[in-house]
Amino acid sequence: MGNRIGLEVSLSAAEAVKMANVDCIAAYPITPQTHIVEHLSELVNDGHLDAEFIPVESEHSAMSVCAGVSAAGARVFTCTSSQGLALMNEIVHIVASMRLPIVTILANRSLSGPLSIWNDHTDVMSIRDCGWIQVFANNGQEVFDHVLFGFKVAENENVMLPLMIHIDGFILTHVIEPVEFWEKDQVEKYLPVFKPVHSLHPDKPVTMGAFGMPFIFSEAKVAQDEPLIQSKSVITAAWKELGDITGRYYKPVETYRNDDAETLFITQGSYGDTVSLVVDELREEGKSVGLVMDRLWRPFPFNEFRDAVKNADNLIIIDRAISYGGQGGPLAIELRSVMYGEKNQPAITNFICGLAGRDMTIKDFKNIYQRAMEKVKGITLEEDYEYYGVRGK
Amino acid sequence: MLEIRLHGRGGQGAVTSAELLAVAAINEGNYGQAFPSFGPERRGAPVVAFCRIDDKPIKIRSNINEPDFVLVLDPSILRLVNVTEGLKENGILITNTKYSVSEIRDELGLKCGLAVVNASRIAMEELGVPVTNTTMLGALLKVKAIINPDSLAEPLRERFSRIAERNIKALKRAFEETVVDYHSSGV
Repeated sequence: MGNRIGLEVSLSAAEAVKMANVDCIAAYPITPQTHIVEHLSELVNDGHLDAEFIPVESEHSAMSVCAGVSAAGARVFTCTSSQGLALMNEIVHIVASMRLPIVTILANRSLSGPLSIWNDHTDVMSIRDCGWIQVFANNGQEVFDHVLFGFKVAENENVMLPLMIHIDGFILTHVIEPVEFWEKDQVEKYLPVFKPVHSLHPDKPVTMGAFGMPFIFSEAKVAQDEPLIQSKSVITAAWKELGDITGRYYKPVETYRNDDAETLFITQGSYGDTVSLVVDELREEGKSVGLVMDRLWRPFPFNEFRDAVKNADNLIIIDRAISYGGQGGPLAIELRSVMYGEKNQPAITNFICGLAGRDMTIKDFKNIYQRAMEKVKGITLEEDYEYYGVRGK
Repeated sequence: MLEIRLHGRGGQGAVTSAELLAVAAINEGNYGQAFPSFGPERRGAPVVAFCRIDDKPIKIRSNINEPDFVLVLDPSILRLVNVTEGLKENGILITNTKYSVSEIRDELGLKCGLAVVNASRIAMEELGVPVTNTTMLGALLKVKAIINPDSLAEPLRERFSRIAERNIKALKRAFEETVVDYHSSGV
């Protein structure tokens, strides 16, 4: 393996993009993604990365440039957050339908308003159905690894889909921690040169992103959804190969002390590591608790999730987003549906917390556990979901 | 695991101090985690930075609410912010001040372990500016050798290049001049 160094997660993410040897970066700076693009522009400016850095005038243009560059057969990267994602939303959907293997980091931040720059998953959930492969990274090392993984999966000729890596804004982007770099030859072996299936070239004209009349639209959409569903085998193979190189084996659903646990926390993103400590503390108190972390968000790993929770009586689902007027947070809505019709139905409680970066401590998660146990025992009224720690309620 | 909370004013380098400590620990083969109190940067306003050091991977990602050490870079912060909030029972407050241990104890009514150093004076004499972030690292290391002082040299040189040696000198002077009263602390 390469050097193990202490570095801000944003900078190591940019270094991973450099190691992926991208041809082009098109991005617009927005908090908390800024350090990633700043460092990439430095790397290009200082000659460490031979790529075009296109400082566009908006995120809509950023993703539009990515579409053009990727269609021309080049490897392209962008990253954004929150309002930036909202502004590029239109093109986010289009590049999936065009099967363009763009890799994007989303530094997760709440959508306004009220205006906020801090972390939650409201931006993630706003593009849940955009047709991209979506994974969560839980720490700096996972961010680094998943940039390389991202291009490998996206550019696979049986996949050819854009891929988004979710990393918690500030909680990850602004933290200095150790990261183990890869050696150059390991990257070259893992991530071959991008060979597009089709590309734009004046000598060989093709049409991309064409008009879809009603007679063909549904067929086009099925032809988009099927490879996304089937990409799971490429994803798991890419994780296996990554593990063989680095010793870090990633799974669609990560588990911690779940086998014999009566109650399971379900998390996405960097809360996982903190909640694993909560599990340890509750176990010491004699409580039967475990943890299931969803890493792969799209395509959703149905079998792996059901298998991870099959022995549990209670699921405590932690959401960092709101579905206004809906049946809880987006993750809980999804997982209730995933569990519908299963023989052993666990009791599902759902807590929405950590909005706009409100700090969640070990004590907070223990309070949530306590509250969940009261609810499943019927001590308090069953509700579909609960906002944790909100004043005036 | 050791948890350190740093109080300073925006622009004084509290975040840099936390980063230098974490990087030094990582370079020693241990684990370090440093992060700012997240938000817009405001020069001159009271700010907080955090640092954790451990010999095993650090999983917790919440703020440090019960620190082992509190490092105060700017003496004026002592009267503005309750810097000892949540300080562990055997924790130690390490502050930049021109006053003595007993004077600070009396003024703030402190019972915790306390270390004092006139870091502003050292920084003015060694660096020519009242920026005390690297100086105060010397005070921290005097209180407890959480890392080998030599491990700081490389990240300091990387960070400050031309003025690194002067920062190292300021750090060493603070190490010599810091007065520590462990009091009831278990250190």
